[in-house]
Amino acid sequence: MSNLVEIRNVSKVYERGKQKVEVLHHVDLGIAQGDFVALMGPSGSGKTTLLNLIGGLDSPSDGSIAVGGARIDNLGQGALAKWRAANVGFVFQFYNLLPMLSAQKNVELPLLLTKLSAAQRKKNASVALQLVGLADRATHKPTELSGGQQQRVAIARAIVSDPSLLVCDEPTGDLDRQSAEDVLALLQTLNREHGKTIVMVTHDPKAAEYARQTLHLDKGTLVEQATHA
Amino acid sequence: MKYLHLVWAALFRRKTRTLFTIASVLAAFLLFGLLDSVRNAFSDAGNSVAGVDRMITMSKISFTVSQPQSLLARIEAVPGVKEVAYANWFGGIYQDPKNFFPNEAVSPNFMDLFSEYAIPPDQLAAFKNTRTGCIVGASLAKKFGWKIGDKIPLQATIFPQKDGSNTWTFDLVGIFHARDPKEKNKEPILFFNWKYFDEARQFGNGRIGWYIEKLSDPNQADQVAKAIDAISANSDHETKTESENAFNRSFVSQFADIGLIVGGIMSAVFFTLILLTGNTMAQAVRERIPELAVLKTIGFSNRGVLGLVLAESVLLILLGGLIGIGLAAVIVPAMSSKVQGLLPDGVRWNTWALGVALMFGIGLLIGWLPALRGMRLKIVDALAGR
Ligand SMILES: Nc1ncnc2c1ncn2[C@@H]1O[C@H](COP(=O)(O)OP(=O)(O)OP(=O)(O)O)[C@@H](O)[C@H]1O
Ligand SMILES: [Mg+2]
Repeated sequence: MSNLVEIRNVSKVYERGKQKVEVLHHVDLGIAQGDFVALMGPSGSGKTTLLNLIGGLDSPSDGSIAVGGARIDNLGQGALAKWRAANVGFVFQFYNLLPMLSAQKNVELPLLLTKLSAAQRKKNASVALQLVGLADRATHKPTELSGGQQQRVAIARAIVSDPSLLVCDEPTGDLDRQSAEDVLALLQTLNREHGKTIVMVTHDPKAAEYARQTLHLDKGTLVEQATHA
Repeated sequence: MKYLHLVWAALFRRKTRTLFTIASVLAAFLLFGLLDSVRNAFSDAGNSVAGVDRMITMSKISFTVSQPQSLLARIEAVPGVKEVAYANWFGGIYQDPKNFFPNEAVSPNFMDLFSEYAIPPDQLAAFKNTRTGCIVGASLAKKFGWKIGDKIPLQATIFPQKDGSNTWTFDLVGIFHARDPKEKNKEPILFFNWKYFDEARQFGNGRIGWYIEKLSDPNQADQVAKAIDAISANSDHETKTESENAFNRSFVSQFADIGLIVGGIMSAVFFTLILLTGNTMAQAVRERIPELAVLKTIGFSNRGVLGLVLAESVLLILLGGLIGIGLAAVIVPAMSSKVQGLLPDGVRWNTWALGVALMFGIGLLIGWLPALRGMRLKIVDALAGR
């Protein structure tokens, strides 16, 4: 399999006033098309930073990042926004749904940026909600849903515009065991049956078992690679 | 348009706060609608098209000082003057001082000069032929339920009759209409015959309140005015002649510069409104930084976020403002008949236009800083709560 994500010699430096903090040191990483990667490591090791670089939310201080053969490390903010809309789905620890909108409307959000008609947007969002098993909750507001259900709505939102890459930052970090397993099983299905490439940050070794491989980050450096079944 | 539901949802995220804010915007624009209508009414007084070919001659000292009747023939002789009428303020009261409306004694040809009023020819003839006859505007007749043939008693406040009586009784012989519905505010007035007035009053006989000249050519107004005033120059009754519009303007400005007052009040009101709504918007956006970050994560551009926040602030002001002026549009006509001439018959298009322009202006102004903040936020920082 060819690599969907190619990270070469990437460093990230944050400047706090005069102080410079290098959070990632010369990271090299390839993620194959169709892979499901768990990213583990102690708090502050740079997991979120790396994930944000892969998802095009931030740009590296040094090195190159290519996704699907296209360089994204040198894109400007506007181009990066367009690129994200077309290529990446995001799932966060705290779901980050818009509280005033129904599940259906939350899922439709990314489609507002496309040329799809209102009817098509509605249909695609319904399909995505169906895929995460929440077709019957389409009209519910986030506050009317459990944490696990909210996270599944967030996943529906992440996949509705059919991106090839999903980045998830501790998607089960705020969920009970059962809800977490539902969400992880869903991600696994998306990876296995729908061919989504997934990068997931997690603190939970049990969660990492759902991935095809686990990477460990420590103080800004990838330390070892373990491959699961 | 497809983003409208997003803007709407953001606006009503805090229902109570938004409703209170809208209520204060509403109150401000209701006041604006009312005051600007008052200002309109006053500036109408000085800008009517109906009077462009008419001039008024009165005492240079004050319009309450009368002039000799002998001037009539001399003014008629001034080149450029087509016809001259005259009138005197009567100031009679119908039943109760609260019922105030202007009433004037006028020369027989008076109505011929005021072509903006329509009156059936037989009624006009009856007016000229009935010594105690009077005519009133249609809206005034309607207000008091007067019909032709009614007797209308007025209590004199300035002019008692020779027999000492203060009650003047007039026979209603005609009802006139304003030809232009926009000039309906000129209807609530009563005219009665000069002859009856001058013969029956106790004092002032043979003196005239003001002359009204109709010009052959409105463009000659300045020359004609100079020629008329020259007649009485250096006498004990010097006159001042000006166009009717200029007269109305100076009459109104005797009370106050309405435009300045309205402007002053509204500046204070809008200044307060800007502080209040500006604070609401700043707070609303501050609370929503993580949500805006999510929109950006999903792929909304910087400009898109800027647009959403600005749309929200403009919508906030528009909602309150349109309802406010709309309410004024209901109140103004209802009050118009109660406060003769102080209010026009409705909220004019120029008030709407200025109001909507102000709404957009204020909306953009108060949305600007919050919108910039939303636009400039760094996604990774906002998501991490930094
Ligand atoms: N914008 C920033 N400015 C300054 N320092 C930052 C910034 N973002 C991250 N850091 C620092 O970089 C380091 C790595 O942060 P990061 O969020 O990537 O860690 P993490 O591995 O995701 O940790 P956690 O498991 O707690 O989420 C931390 O020390 C953090 O304080
Ligand atoms: Mg993290």
